Amino acid sequence: MNAHDTRPGSSGGADTPGPLHGGPDADYTPEQLAAMSREELDLLGARYDGVEVLHVDPGPEPGSRMEKRAVRQVGWTFAGAGISAFLFLVVYAGSGWFLPEWNWATEGTTWSAMFNPLLGLFMGLAFTLAGVGLVLYTKKLLPHETAVQDKHDGSHFDRVTTGATLVGGLHNSGLARRKLLTRSLGFMGAAFGLMLIAPLGGLIKNPNTGNPLGRTSWAEGVRLLRDDGSPIRPGDQQPGSLETVFPAVPGGNLQSDAATMLIRLRPEQVAADRPKEGQEDFGYGDYVAYSKICTHAGCPVSLYEQETSRILCPCHQSQFDVTQGAKPVFGPATRSLPQLPITVDDEGYFVARSDYIEAVGPTYWNRERI
Amino acid sequence: MAATATAPGAPTSRLGKAATEFDDRLIVAGPVRRTLNKVFPDHWSFLLGEIALYSFIIALLSGTYLTFFFDASMVEVAYDGEYDPLRGTEMSAAYASALDLSFDVRGGLFMRQMHHWAALLFVASIVVHLLRVFFTGAFRRPRETNWLIGVVMLVLALLMGVTGYTLPDDLLSGTGLRIISAILLSIPVIGTWAHFAIFNGDFVGTEIIGRFYIAHVLIFPAILLALIAVHLLILVKQKHTQFPGPGRTEHNVVGNRLFPTFAGKATGLLLVVFGVCAALAGLVQINPIWLWGPYNPAQVSAASQPDWYIGFLDGSTRIFPAWDINLPGDYTIPALFWPTVVVAGAMFTVLALYPTLERKISGDTAPHHLLQRPRDVPVRTSLGAMALTFYFWLMVAGGNDVIADKFDISLNAMTWIGRIGVIVLPPIVYVITYRICLGLQQHDREVLEHGIETGVIRRLPHGEFIEVHQPLGPVDEHGHGQLAYGGAPVPKRMNHVGGARRAIRGFFTPIEQPSAVELELRERRGLPSGETTRELTSSGRPSDGGRPSDGGRPSDGGRPQDARD
Repeated sequence: MNAHDTRPGSSGGADTPGPLHGGPDADYTPEQLAAMSREELDLLGARYDGVEVLHVDPGPEPGSRMEKRAVRQVGWTFAGAGISAFLFLVVYAGSGWFLPEWNWATEGTTWSAMFNPLLGLFMGLAFTLAGVGLVLYTKKLLPHETAVQDKHDGSHFDRVTTGATLVGGLHNSGLARRKLLTRSLGFMGAAFGLMLIAPLGGLIKNPNTGNPLGRTSWAEGVRLLRDDGSPIRPGDQQPGSLETVFPAVPGGNLQSDAATMLIRLRPEQVAADRPKEGQEDFGYGDYVAYSKICTHAGCPVSLYEQETSRILCPCHQSQFDVTQGAKPVFGPATRSLPQLPITVDDEGYFVARSDYIEAVGPTYWNRERI
Repeated sequence: MAATATAPGAPTSRLGKAATEFDDRLIVAGPVRRTLNKVFPDHWSFLLGEIALYSFIIALLSGTYLTFFFDASMVEVAYDGEYDPLRGTEMSAAYASALDLSFDVRGGLFMRQMHHWAALLFVASIVVHLLRVFFTGAFRRPRETNWLIGVVMLVLALLMGVTGYTLPDDLLSGTGLRIISAILLSIPVIGTWAHFAIFNGDFVGTEIIGRFYIAHVLIFPAILLALIAVHLLILVKQKHTQFPGPGRTEHNVVGNRLFPTFAGKATGLLLVVFGVCAALAGLVQINPIWLWGPYNPAQVSAASQPDWYIGFLDGSTRIFPAWDINLPGDYTIPALFWPTVVVAGAMFTVLALYPTLERKISGDTAPHHLLQRPRDVPVRTSLGAMALTFYFWLMVAGGNDVIADKFDISLNAMTWIGRIGVIVLPPIVYVITYRICLGLQQHDREVLEHGIETGVIRRLPHGEFIEVHQPLGPVDEHGHGQLAYGGAPVPKRMNHVGGARRAIRGFFTPIEQPSAVELELRERRGLPSGETTRELTSSGRPSDGGRPSDGGRPSDGGRPQDARD
């Protein structure tokens, strides 16, 4: 404290260590500590951290039968873990070297079927045995102690002094008085916030431009193709059958909204058929075509039970009645499956007469408006 | 502190010198000692959160491995890998690379399945951990922040699951994606805009796998990691809760010090969790994507199911009635909006706000470090049981087609069972749970007052039969126990209070002398080693307890009740 520092750049102050230490070095001289045993030092440190060791159950007596047994157990467990890890390596690296190939598809040997299970078995065993060994070690060979640690509540001193520092800084900044600064800071913060999120605007696309949700590739004269690309004539299908068809445009069989079910009704279904109002002529003879995309959540409705004329969606079990304009008759769907108006072209193949007259697939907010 | 070689206590071993050198530079001895000395309470249920942490580590490691091979692109390619049945099939590059890493990468399938299992275990252990925290009241002040962080992490874990499920771009994940798309579209007003922002257009577009990928491998895990760090820091700062018990108070923690006991057990658990995931990854097939085939919007497989943690939303969607709301101006709120966005949103909001709600309603604003037994808080326990019933019933409804198929029940009947059950069952469960809690409370009090039923029937001189009861502590002049209930388990069987001597150690052959065990037992109880006759004398009933030593019974020396003497 008394040494005046004259080095350049220094404005004075002591160059000796201050009185602060991490631990209570002033209370325990090195000589005192050196005189204590390791156990005492351990407990001393613990006490300094607010931990009192109440009770220690010592581990098994050295050389006792119990200790030997526990050591054997733990030792064998660790050895087993090591062996398993080694076997994992053997299977992993040895396949295709001194063991058969591991690939499934080549020849499909027993070994290729065993490869993955063996990897799992050996790695699983290795990790599990290592873990079990460690737990056994802790339980059987280490002393069991019961320790108590105090919980501290917040310190009033800390709160008051920290608060004084914080409030002092705020006071010195004068923000409470300098209204212009507060306002301009607030304005700057808001503008910065907006500026930083603005680039996310690149994600935004207008869903109403060109009505992409309401249109599909179906159009007047577009043929109905099977998944393999072949066109369909009336008479190709048995009454009561269903065929999934796609528009004859490039990539039509992969479009998400275009899949359509071409259904040939049985005579009694034709008799019972009650199409939607205004769509009586959408079918062709005993053929009707409905969108395959469920109006509930967009899954393909795939399960057609021709005895009951019902189509079932496997995702949420909505059921649609083909003879009532594919009206939902059970489950969570609310709208009928849209009907595709079809006819036959000059060569006798099915074609669409137009696109669907309403949006295909799940309902959305402004669906009725577009 | 400049240590010289001659100073007392200066290290002499090489390790000690190295440690001193280290501490000279970093000054870490103090914090390290404080960490090693930190006391952790010991209870199996405190390990559930650890399991979540460890399975997250596994998912992180195995997922990093998968990124070496996975190609998050939706470009159509013709598959030319090892798997014969799909060779030549048109599919997205994402699906082809997922097949390649299953069939052409040595051990790739193992890692993929490990990733999936670890993810399932991650969500499961979070949920079970959350239930533990809920039912024991560990979320009460001062731990509301950690509860909130936990709920956010659960939501993130679900988002991780959903995005990860989508990545392979097989038929199953594509079906899931289609439903996600429909859910987005169903949001009123902004639905189509949100859908176009996320998918960059109509379903399915060419961007979504890439976007989900970066969310799955960077955005969500980064947030999760940061939240895990905060969660653990707060836990360390606030110290762990503990169940009430001897010597445990609101102001201490009783247990093991971190080093070596707790560290040993925790590392052991880490290794076992790794082992279980590895074993599952190899031995139990999960999501065999090669069987589903590439995604095709026109195809779906029956009994398409999401991973278990989304099952409740699938169930709510299945049983929700077909109620579109048509607003003036031809606007529609689709029926799909309610069972997905609203149900999930409401469930997680209520979950997040529960600590605040309970504090407001119960008026209990005091800090708590001692846990509660579920029976002691019947309202909360019953609410929890009710919520669980709701959740599980929705999950059952999510499998209604499978149940209908396996048990030959009408599918429509299953839907109606789901609809009715989800309304009727929770209140019933509430009432039943409430009664069970009260019954258990009452039984605790009864045992404290009248003692443990010993199973010993005694005939009194006037012919009355009584069952002898063992008091747990001092009794008053009527023979009623004077111990108050302390929120800790009450022993209810004689074995719990040392009625039987402990088993002799040794599996095939005894490794200790039975007589030594007997002696040790007596020593522990403070019995004179010569005493051999021990008899229980009190029925704990007023009519009997008032006369503890008549009827020719021996005096009750050395019994646990001797505190009364």
